[in-house]
Amino acid sequence: MPESNIKIEVKDLNLIFGKNKKEALSLLANGETKSKILQKTGATVGVNNASLEIYEGEIFVIMGLSGSGKSSLLRCLNLLNNPTSGDIIFHGRSISKMNQNELREVRRTGMSMVFQKFGLLPHRTVADNIAFGLELQGVNKEERLDKAHKSIENVGLQGFENKLPSELSGGMQQRVGLARALANDPEILLMDEAFSALDPLIKAEMQNELLDLQEKLKKTIVFITHDLDEAIKLGDRIAIMKDGIIEQVGIAEEILTSPATPYVKAFVEKVDRKSVISAETLMFKNMEVAHIKKDGPQSIMRKMRQKGLSSLPVVNEKQEFIGFIRLRNVLKVTKDSSLNLSDFVETNVASVYSHFTVEEMLPLIADTHFSLAVVAEDSGKLLGIVTQTSLIIEATKYNSEEIELLQEEAQEI
Amino acid sequence: MEQRIFNIGSSVEKAVMWLTEHFGPVFDVIKDNGNGLIEGFENLLLFFPFYVVIALLIAVAWYKGGKGVAFMTGAGLLFIYGMGFWTETMQTLALVLISTIVALIIAVPLGILSAKYRNLERWIRPMLDLMQTMPAFVYLIPAVLFFSIGKLPGAFATIIFAMPPAVRLTSLGIKEVSPEVVEAAKSFGATPMQVLLKVELPLAKNSLLAGVNQTIMMSLSMVVIAGMIAAGGLGEKVLEGINNLDIGLGFESGLSVVILAIILDRITQSFGATKKK
Repeated sequence: MPESNIKIEVKDLNLIFGKNKKEALSLLANGETKSKILQKTGATVGVNNASLEIYEGEIFVIMGLSGSGKSSLLRCLNLLNNPTSGDIIFHGRSISKMNQNELREVRRTGMSMVFQKFGLLPHRTVADNIAFGLELQGVNKEERLDKAHKSIENVGLQGFENKLPSELSGGMQQRVGLARALANDPEILLMDEAFSALDPLIKAEMQNELLDLQEKLKKTIVFITHDLDEAIKLGDRIAIMKDGIIEQVGIAEEILTSPATPYVKAFVEKVDRKSVISAETLMFKNMEVAHIKKDGPQSIMRKMRQKGLSSLPVVNEKQEFIGFIRLRNVLKVTKDSSLNLSDFVETNVASVYSHFTVEEMLPLIADTHFSLAVVAEDSGKLLGIVTQTSLIIEATKYNSEEIELLQEEAQEI
Repeated sequence: MEQRIFNIGSSVEKAVMWLTEHFGPVFDVIKDNGNGLIEGFENLLLFFPFYVVIALLIAVAWYKGGKGVAFMTGAGLLFIYGMGFWTETMQTLALVLISTIVALIIAVPLGILSAKYRNLERWIRPMLDLMQTMPAFVYLIPAVLFFSIGKLPGAFATIIFAMPPAVRLTSLGIKEVSPEVVEAAKSFGATPMQVLLKVELPLAKNSLLAGVNQTIMMSLSMVVIAGMIAAGGLGEKVLEGINNLDIGLGFESGLSVVILAIILDRITQSFGATKKK
């Protein structure tokens, strides 16, 4: 992820709807809650002291339930909502201090928006809808239809150019919305619950297409959703909002494994973690290791006995993972000095990279007694091991005691 | 008369008198030019032989409304011609069309503004209520005071009477445009004028056309009343029928008004329907 370039920065942004904005703002500065402020002043807090950095080329997801202020925050980025205080910095300039002409320029070339209910012009054809942004800029008809055509190809709308929006399904209409935004070739795409109005199958399809498109186009995308699964699927980074406050910003795994607030914790508990939690998170790093050259059978046996292990991962002198060795084989070698320890290393075992997810690792433990070795992608060095128990705990959400209990019961049967 | 506590009537009277005294020359200019415009249009309609005008109207009806409307237009106009009211009908048509155009020129921008500015709407709405419910004859009094009798005062009273539905329906149409579409246009950098011309007005088209239709219908009903102040046309014939208790004349001229109304209604309505391919 190119984290170095900040594309757009939100600084101490507050957005208040209604009258008594000043009073509400000072109450907010004193740490009053959204509901208290509404009670006292009648003003609604949309966004409460939000600060964000959005990097070039990333999909940044802002997620929260309805009323969390996520859409209000998004609308501040292109000033559809005028922030009550704070700054939005784009190309080193504060958007909220721009005049109408400069702001229009940003909207025309800097960022384009995709809407939940599509926001298409019902009296215009698909092609004319897609060329709408260019038309507003005064691009001549030939050129704008040419550019629109490229955009049409990008989203797979060929053959629908002369249809009216009402003749298309929801999914196809949102393709038009996406193509319209892309036709302007903006630096930033603002997507406001863009797929929330679509049915689940179409939604998944559109998510995949967006990811494919992003591979190709490498835009900066700010994506709003109320669906955590969608946020995890699409987001390079995710911000979670509640009552106008940004509760946590981070990559999906950070949010799932170390939720910053009770709200985030409660939220992420319902999520299917299998596709998110990776070997990196699950692995033990300070495990005992058998060094094939350095360690003799005696010292390996001592390591195993100390920890009560029946097998150990084996590495060579470069710390590269070779395989596993079993306690009973080590015992054989200690009794019979004619045997060579390295002949007993079992090399035909599965190893994984640190980004492998639980979902990807579970099938690997079906035919083995060993833990999974996690190795570095570039050097092949052993980074840690993922035990079968920890995988099962992660997948089933049973804790280790519950698993032992289940095992005992199963043995009695 | 019962005892009065206050006297609004006299204030209105004073205001109207003040206007006629101080703006007399302005009214004269309006009157001369306006009369010229109306008579010019009348003469144009009457310059062509009746069958040319009928053919033209049939063509418009055919193009927009299809066979049925075209047939009705032709049959209706020939019927009027047959009854011998062609000249009067053309006079009425000229007055209706000029009044409608002027009413729309005032009403559409007013409707747009009242849709955009809540405060303005708060002032405009009671005015519209007043204009619509005040007995139509009342408008004839200031019209005559300002412009004496004739076609222009007829048009003046007609414009005031016929304007409200166009203001209301324009305003309604613009307010009904989905806010998300307007927001989308803004998010792509549309100027307020671009939002109006490329989004709001096209989307409010049906409501706007309903306003045009209503204005024409109201004009037609007022134009007949304006016959009382020598505005000419079918209205004068209807009045003649009433004055002389001539049932035949009253019925025939009244029927001509009805036929003209139906034709204008169907043609303007067909502009609203999406064209079939």
